[in-house]
Amino acid sequence: MSYISKPKFKHPLLKTNDLGLTRRDYEGSLTTLCGGCGHDSISAAIIQAAAEMSLEPHRVAKISGIGCSSKIPAYFLSKAHGFNSVHGRMPSVATGANIANKELYYVGISGDGDSASIGLGQFCHIVRRRINMLYIVANNGTYGLTKGQLSATADLGSKTKSGEESLYDAIDLATLAIELGASFVARSFSGDKKQLVPLLQAGLKHKGFAFIDIISPCVTFNNTDASTHGYKNTWDNYVALSAIDYVPMRKEISTSYAPGKVKEIKLHDGSAIHLHKTSDDYDPYDKENALHHINAYKKQGKIATGLLYINQTTSDLHEIQDTFDKPFNSLGNIELCPGNAALTNINDTFR
Amino acid sequence: MKPTDIADPAYFHKVVDCQWACPAHTPVPEYIRLISEKRYTDAYMINWNSNVFPGILGRTCDRPCEPACRRVRVEEKPVAICRLKRVAADYKSDIKDRLPLIPKQKNGKHIALIGAGPASLTVARDLMPLGYEITLFEKDKVGGGAMRTQIPRFRLPKEVLEEELHYILDMGINCRFGEEITSMKSLLAEGFDAIFVGTGAPLGKTLDMPGYQAAKANIHTGIEWLASVAFEHVTQIGKNVIVLGGGNTAMDCCRTSKRLGGEQVSVVVRSGFDEMKASPWEIEDAMAEDIPILNFHVPKRYVVEGGRLVAMEFEKVRKEIGENGRRQLVPTGEDLVAIPCDDVLCAIGQENSFPWIERDIGIEFDQWELPRLDKNTFQSTHAKVFFGGDAALGPDNIITAVAHGHDAAVSIHLACNQQDVKIRPAPLTSLDSQKMGIHQWSYHNNISNDVRYAVPHASKELTLNDINMEVELGFDEQLAYKETLRCLNCDVQTVFTDKLCIECDACVDICPTDCITFTQNGDEDDLRTRLLAPAPDVTQDIYVSGALMTGRIMAKNEDLCLHCGLCAERCPTAAWDMRKYLFNTAKAVHACQK
Repeated sequence: MSYISKPKFKHPLLKTNDLGLTRRDYEGSLTTLCGGCGHDSISAAIIQAAAEMSLEPHRVAKISGIGCSSKIPAYFLSKAHGFNSVHGRMPSVATGANIANKELYYVGISGDGDSASIGLGQFCHIVRRRINMLYIVANNGTYGLTKGQLSATADLGSKTKSGEESLYDAIDLATLAIELGASFVARSFSGDKKQLVPLLQAGLKHKGFAFIDIISPCVTFNNTDASTHGYKNTWDNYVALSAIDYVPMRKEISTSYAPGKVKEIKLHDGSAIHLHKTSDDYDPYDKENALHHINAYKKQGKIATGLLYINQTTSDLHEIQDTFDKPFNSLGNIELCPGNAALTNINDTFR
Repeated sequence: MKPTDIADPAYFHKVVDCQWACPAHTPVPEYIRLISEKRYTDAYMINWNSNVFPGILGRTCDRPCEPACRRVRVEEKPVAICRLKRVAADYKSDIKDRLPLIPKQKNGKHIALIGAGPASLTVARDLMPLGYEITLFEKDKVGGGAMRTQIPRFRLPKEVLEEELHYILDMGINCRFGEEITSMKSLLAEGFDAIFVGTGAPLGKTLDMPGYQAAKANIHTGIEWLASVAFEHVTQIGKNVIVLGGGNTAMDCCRTSKRLGGEQVSVVVRSGFDEMKASPWEIEDAMAEDIPILNFHVPKRYVVEGGRLVAMEFEKVRKEIGENGRRQLVPTGEDLVAIPCDDVLCAIGQENSFPWIERDIGIEFDQWELPRLDKNTFQSTHAKVFFGGDAALGPDNIITAVAHGHDAAVSIHLACNQQDVKIRPAPLTSLDSQKMGIHQWSYHNNISNDVRYAVPHASKELTLNDINMEVELGFDEQLAYKETLRCLNCDVQTVFTDKLCIECDACVDICPTDCITFTQNGDEDDLRTRLLAPAPDVTQDIYVSGALMTGRIMAKNEDLCLHCGLCAERCPTAAWDMRKYLFNTAKAVHACQK
């Protein structure tokens, strides 16, 4: 842990966004994670993504559970709302917040322990309920905060630093999310911001439940050559099923691609994703096809990354429940607490 | 790009911009750190070895280091390097026991130095400890050269000057003061093993215009007048004074006039205020003493009434860019402006003059009457004659003269040992890790956000009435400490070991100024466009590693690195390390070593 704070001085030619802010304005406090932790690169990628999109920090809510991963909301967007909740229970808090105010961007930060072990039940239900949010799992295959036990996402045969070998197959949260009805599922690597940043941007703008499983090596306990979640193995074995560019609303499309190779996916606010497929028979709109490709790579010991699956036709929780449009904090006393008569009316409907 | 060769002594030296910019290459961050530790004497000695006159330069230096300071790239003002140097001089303890020993047994070589200014004194300082016998000729009765005659005592007190002169003169130099050399030919005939010419640029220019002959008695050249004031031959001046010129000499002339009875003292310059050659701080100090600076006034004539100078007339002009793209001064057409004056000081430049060097003795001169020299060795076309300071390359400043002196001393030592003066001794360098613990370094890496501290001045009421009273009071210890912390420690280098890197991006993510990029290699022009943040200044290097695990390279833009060490603190494999690079130019003592 560094004891000094990050110097305030910044590059004089640092770009400012539409709000007049630079990337530095989206930072949080200085990280207390181990130097080299993949999670810090995820923080940096979120900072870059938010700055480039000119997100207003106060329009963002960061919600996390417990674990090394769940500490990182402290390290980005210090001007955003935040809730560091209970182990594995981030989905409940995110759901509640989302019901109370649908106008914010929700970023859930969790880890493999938080989402694939203690919180696996909560994870399944938030996917099923289609909360409009970006759910990030910083996945390192180990319990770093408790000094490096194997986690439920550790691959069969993978070894930790202490030599403990994983005897079980891994839970793959990305395929699970596809199965359970998530409408935007991606996988990426903390070391590859070129891939990660546009995925984060698209995930934030996607209407519905967006999930990104990010391989984020634990540099201290799970970065050996025998670990499938280490830097070396990930660099060697990750394969992009697709590459995407995020194109903000109103921005002229200036890049030209070979016809047929690129598909433009419009997002609901007018921005778009340009999707470059790396193989012809892969179809990110087709659940079975996507799962087939992910599993095929897995058999070869490869990690399929990029935007894996997208579905823009499903409704989110608010549409399904036909919820009230205004954030609760904008309502007055009468609307929030309509009194005895209104309660009686409601009760009468159940008689 | 090829991987950067950090073993090249120039590579990390360039990163220490202040030291690189200093003609004498003083290790600036090193002495600033010592000041912050209250090790004033150690800080002084680093300066003394490098620039010979820390107390004098700490008050009068032209400070080429300060515009180069990295701090101005991330905020407004550089570290007050010059005034911190003075702090080392002000608070040091006795240094006599740290001065080099002078051998009693001489080496049999006899050197003549002409002119007792900074260049000659530096040569003496470097050669005396090597056993040379030195004779120092000076036309004035005391030493110091321009440091004594051109810089007023209210900027450089006599005690400071004398102290630092005597560290050298007391080494046992044979001083022949008050003795002007009038013939190089006869001096050469005396059989010296080498002769060093450090006679400065002694010829002040004057402005001959209508009325000059009649007004001559009240028209003075700046440098000669300042010398007369220094020697107390001149103790007063008229009530209305005009100073012509916009350089540092003009600033000294106007401020001196104010102290010798000048009531209405004006500086008048031909061109614009922002084109003035004087250092900004000297202009500020003059203006703080209520001296107006009139720009765009071209002198037309001296107005003489009753055989006496009473005014000067000026034509007002404005700046225009002509068709050839050159700046022109075009008359505005307004009436001439008359400014009353009793005396005029011309500070419009100075020139070299060598009437005492015969032209048939093998010392060649160029079309500007400057000696033909090898600019690295300062040897003239006569193998035994060397030049330095203003006498060598024309008017410059003290620190440049010191740098020339060091180089000339090396040459003289080589020549006296029958070695090739062109083969120069290598600089002395070291590169050592500053790591103390996982996140602890032996330097202060927590960057101070403080803005530059101003040096306190004595009140105008006091200083304007006493020509010997120093205006600047200098930093006290607390202020000095705070100012030292503004130094970014640019000599503590980020050293990258590519085979240790696991490409985790920790350094990229933490760097406050976006210096580090991992990308595919390319040629420099291409690479500069692909860095995380723009690197338009091509004079600032890109530090490039060898190929990494993924085939990419690490490219670091040295330009904006704050040397905070966070890259090294966050690096899990110690691929980054903070190492202190000390660079010292080789002096005569390092030459001729087997």
